Amino acid sequence: MSDKSSSKASAFDRRAFMVGAAGSALVPITARAAAGDTSASVAQDPALPVEVTLHVNGKDKRLSIDPRTTVLDALREHLKLTGSKKGCDHGQCGACTVLIDDRRVVSCLTLALAAEGQEITTIEGLATDDRLHPMQQAFIDNDAFQCGYCTPGQIMSAVACVKEGHANSEADIREYMSGNICRCAAYPNIVAAVKQAAPEIMKG
Amino acid sequence: MRPFSYQRATDPDMAVQALSAAAAANNPLTQAAAQPLAGGTTLIDLMKLDVMRPAAIVDINPLAHGWSVIEPNGDNLRLGALAKMSDVAAHDGIQRNYPVIANSLKLAASAQLRNMATLGGNVMQRTRCSYFRDVSYENCNKRHPGSGCAAMDGVNRMHAVLGISDQCIATYPGDFAQALIALDATVEITGKAGTRSMPFAQLHKAPGSTPDIETTLQPGELISAFAVSGRWPRSVYLKARDRQSYEFALSSAAVALDVQDGTIKDARVALGGVATVPWRAREAEALLKGQKFDEALAQRAADAAFADARGRRHNSFKIALGKRVVARALQQAVTMEI
Repeated sequence: MSDKSSSKASAFDRRAFMVGAAGSALVPITARAAAGDTSASVAQDPALPVEVTLHVNGKDKRLSIDPRTTVLDALREHLKLTGSKKGCDHGQCGACTVLIDDRRVVSCLTLALAAEGQEITTIEGLATDDRLHPMQQAFIDNDAFQCGYCTPGQIMSAVACVKEGHANSEADIREYMSGNICRCAAYPNIVAAVKQAAPEIMKG
Repeated sequence: MRPFSYQRATDPDMAVQALSAAAAANNPLTQAAAQPLAGGTTLIDLMKLDVMRPAAIVDINPLAHGWSVIEPNGDNLRLGALAKMSDVAAHDGIQRNYPVIANSLKLAASAQLRNMATLGGNVMQRTRCSYFRDVSYENCNKRHPGSGCAAMDGVNRMHAVLGISDQCIATYPGDFAQALIALDATVEITGKAGTRSMPFAQLHKAPGSTPDIETTLQPGELISAFAVSGRWPRSVYLKARDRQSYEFALSSAAVALDVQDGTIKDARVALGGVATVPWRAREAEALLKGQKFDEALAQRAADAAFADARGRRHNSFKIALGKRVVARALQQAVTMEI
């Protein structure tokens, strides 16, 4: 493969790379996949949809998606879980924050393919039965939002912030919640909500 | 975003093979047809902006089981390239013996991004120059060699004053790299011929006449680990920025000192936010070594660190700010309790 593609005049020749890649380097992976290694799913032809299974809020979801699909778009456009919001779509605003394997991440910069095999928790997965999660309740109790667009991301981030042990002071909360922007500037009430919910969450 | 093929590399050889096959020796790695995916916080962002256009993504996250160690053992530190920024920042041994590393990571980005981003990816983070990130600007020598630099006479408040050339003044945006270069870290690189190590200071290339070539990595090579010799409990990372949190540095300083009986035996000073590459201020270090600390000495060292700095229309304030950051970081390092 290296001979074949490096002999081309330009590294920008996408077609040459595809042909070369399909010819050899990917063979070991497909062989593994055939042998039952489910962790080795690949998208060889970018023009074709790829099958992926996402674990979302405790359930397996089988999707057929463009390899470019982010976790955020998979949630919103394919699974109709529209709680996670698209703000900047560049990892700057935090509106799309979800938990992946219990760690808060921005779902707009996470490829759905790369999240295969991991547990994704969204705002829709927080409440149990008819009872709100303590952080959801605290946001209501403290009027911690105005327009509400950033709120699902704020709440997911806040849950993780508490569990990380970064909600021990107001200064800590402000520092560790800085990745969630609120353009209505509900920050004082958001800090109050996180403070209220923290002991209950830590109690379990 | 343009279409790409996607594969997972389940062992280093597979990653190196897939990446090197797509790389051509005469092109910068940042424009190679295949790009490694780790945390994705730079790559996916720049792909959405159409600044990076890989035809293939090689997901190296499956290598994390071997490449994410955090080992401050004895007098040596080893950090895997796929360790997450947040995990390293929160590690007791790092906080105790390498506070400059812990704080450089803690003060970078947001909690979410630190959970995603890896150490290797972080040092490879690309500039935040707005003319680089917006493809509607035609003049960018990083994106299109020879096209010129829109930042030279544009809005260049955030741009570099050290390590610049007449081709590029884009600032190196990271924080962690300043800690590494200050501590004389080595970087371990895995490629076709196995692994090699070199001083971290040799990884990044100042723009010169080829701003599109940002590192000395060869086709197919991946950073696999970083290593530091010795412990540096008396070390700080001070970062001045437009906001209190979640912002790139206007000016930052990584400082590590070895002070015995009031005398500075060894001093390390590195600068961020003001240079085109992670910047070691050796002139400042030379002034500090063997001396007793006082404010006048800190000021002389700060002046020396910026002796070669050259500002442009909007960024000259960084020279005065940078000196104060260095002086204050030195003060903090001298007075910290260890």
